[in-house]
Amino acid sequence: MNATAHAAVRAVNDDAFKEIAPGRIALWWFLASEIMVFGGFITCYVLFRYAHGGWEDAARHVNWRLGALNTLVLLTSSLTMILAHYSVKAGDRQGVKTFLGLTIALGLTFLIIKGVEYHAEFAEGFTPLSGLFWSFYFLMTGLHGLHLLAGIVINTSLLVMALRGTIWARGDRVELGGLYWHFVDVVWIFLFPLLYLT
Amino acid sequence: MGAKPLGRAANRGQIGKGNTEVATATPAEIKIGPTHEEHPGFWRSYVFSVDHKVIGKQYLGLSLFMALIGGAAAYLIRWQLAWPETYVPGWGYVEPQQYNAIITMHGTIMIFFVAMPFVLGAFGNYLIPLMVGADDMAFPRLNMMSFWTLAAGSTVLIASFFVPAGPASGGWTAYAPLSARPIYTGVTWGQNLWIVAVAIEFASFLMGGINFLTTALNLRAPGMTLWRLPMLVWMELIAAVLFLLSVGPLIAGSFMLLLDRVAGTGFFVPDKGGDPLLWQHLFWFFGHPEVYVVGLPGFGIMMEIIPVFSRKPLYGYKTIVWGSLAAGVLSFVVWAHHMFVSGMDPRLATPFSITTILISVPFAIMVFSMLATLWGGRIELTTPMLFAVGGLATFIIGGVTGIFLGSAGLDVYLHGTYFVVAHFHYTLMPMVFFGGFAGLYYWFPKMFGRMMNETLGKVHFFFTFICFNCVFIPLFMAGVAGNPRRIYELSSYDFLKPAQHLHVIATIATLGLLAGQVPFVINFFMSMWKGREAGRNPWLANTLEWCTDSPPPHGNFSEPVMVYRDPYEYGNPDAPKDWMAQNEPPAEPAPQPQAGGLRLKGTGTV
Repeated sequence: MNATAHAAVRAVNDDAFKEIAPGRIALWWFLASEIMVFGGFITCYVLFRYAHGGWEDAARHVNWRLGALNTLVLLTSSLTMILAHYSVKAGDRQGVKTFLGLTIALGLTFLIIKGVEYHAEFAEGFTPLSGLFWSFYFLMTGLHGLHLLAGIVINTSLLVMALRGTIWARGDRVELGGLYWHFVDVVWIFLFPLLYLT
Repeated sequence: MGAKPLGRAANRGQIGKGNTEVATATPAEIKIGPTHEEHPGFWRSYVFSVDHKVIGKQYLGLSLFMALIGGAAAYLIRWQLAWPETYVPGWGYVEPQQYNAIITMHGTIMIFFVAMPFVLGAFGNYLIPLMVGADDMAFPRLNMMSFWTLAAGSTVLIASFFVPAGPASGGWTAYAPLSARPIYTGVTWGQNLWIVAVAIEFASFLMGGINFLTTALNLRAPGMTLWRLPMLVWMELIAAVLFLLSVGPLIAGSFMLLLDRVAGTGFFVPDKGGDPLLWQHLFWFFGHPEVYVVGLPGFGIMMEIIPVFSRKPLYGYKTIVWGSLAAGVLSFVVWAHHMFVSGMDPRLATPFSITTILISVPFAIMVFSMLATLWGGRIELTTPMLFAVGGLATFIIGGVTGIFLGSAGLDVYLHGTYFVVAHFHYTLMPMVFFGGFAGLYYWFPKMFGRMMNETLGKVHFFFTFICFNCVFIPLFMAGVAGNPRRIYELSSYDFLKPAQHLHVIATIATLGLLAGQVPFVINFFMSMWKGREAGRNPWLANTLEWCTDSPPPHGNFSEPVMVYRDPYEYGNPDAPKDWMAQNEPPAEPAPQPQAGGLRLKGTGTV
């Protein structure tokens, strides 16, 4: 085969990877590692519950109504996050600010409701040392809460950029921030049935 | 999405013409490149540098420093085993509690703070951007941060030697419940610091892995397709992904272990409803892929060196890539072979035996590929080649004994013995130290611009090779004879006395092995300043790092690099010369590869 043609052909093939923004690869990498960490917790929890039994009594004391409300809040926040991303694409300046603000507010609402739950549980005497179910419950929801807090910080910085008008040059950041926000949401989608409904 | 998803290469003008669409894009990453810095001071050049070459050397320095501590620990362990409770020159008596701590630290240091920074940190950071034709890693500041995170982890680990009650002594695997409660080992802060140090180390390599993947996918020079990547880049990439996917559950586990210790939860404590076996599962779900995380890059180094000094193309390039990917996938379903005698459900033994024996197939493919590369080649036994071939030969012994241990029935007998100790040293030493030293002798000219001394190098090799085998072949024999590991004083058991001479041989050989590193240290520092000038390409090798200056300038390549061929075109009888560098244009006038327009369509947003 003609070596020149060969080289040219080989050069244009295969480079789909080069078109992916490095920031996006990095974020997916980060999310993959996070999935493995939460996956580790969830697997341990499920195995324990399978193997040891007797956790139903403890699990009965969590407030599934507040948990369900929180699920609704968090799912709605994912919607507003998508709308913020959509506004960036559509060039809707007011929309970006509104929807980022709503997302932050919904995230804070989630944390407040979660705080109310923690308060009630501590008042009833359930702490992380009250048995394995509670250890898992507080560890996993606590870690999830910290991730949500980080997401709120990220979104706040995006909102500041939107208010200053600097976000338009870095529109991909809203998308990356949104990916992270949805990830935190998805973790909750796993935690809610496992901790509240079983 | 708004911003054009493009690699930095486009904006550095490396792709050339035909892509005005590309040139108008302003990706975020362009700002963080190091190329615009002017005359950085001492701190920015050597300490908090963002240049991947400096960071690679920092990893190298850190790993060799930690290897001194790990090696000293090996000396104390071996002395105690050969001549129990005698005075160890340079140390004193090794107390029982100290012995446990030294064993623990030897394993922890050698795996997490020597092997990983050596073959991943040093070679990965130094070589991936050079080999793919990029000017630096994709995220240089993150790269700097990953090194300094590791340095912090090492500091925490070293600090644990000096806290009351000493460092962790529950083994490098930190099995619960030994590690879950201070009362079992008497160690308090040492074990906590161990968990923290290892967790920091994990964070460091997770950050480092982002750069490995992004650089190798995004910043390849025009024409450097995935199938033209040098094998080392593939291996570093696969290793980084294996690490990413395996370490998460253990991070979760170390959270739980730390809470058990400091907060009083009971995840791994049986009387609180916990399960100590769970820790072993979490540890080995990570621990087995980890073997390949430190192993594959060592193989990658050998696969770079063997074609160069055989003057032949690497045999079976694509088969090796697919084989190592298969090994990577399989490595996630073999972990319980470390736990055949742990008390887990015995029904698990058969499936894990099968997967374990299955995983020897891709490794056999790699070994045979290297042998086939050697076959009929014009072999030149330089020091890097000696280390590569020597490592290959020793690895075969380690790999074959792995099949013994993968069979559950045999493992029940051998698991608690020195056979296992000998086996994993026979796999890790060739991949990390033989591979690593081969790489160091091979790329030293590129790193420092000067050649290492061949005579001292060969003395180093033969000392290392002969003494290493004399340490661990006796331990295989001791293991088969039923000599248990994890025992402080072997002479207190009558039935072990007939095998004691094996331990004496192993210890004398260890002294030789350690002494054999002295020529290396002398060679390393002497050659750095007094070695013969290397020039750009002293080995007449093809990969891209050899087409730039030694050491490469800031930004790596003074002019844009184009890649036209595979990495191992050696000894082609039809070619005008013995080696054809990857950036050597074809004989006919080459059209510029069409880098822009066409490819952008359809793949723009993934």
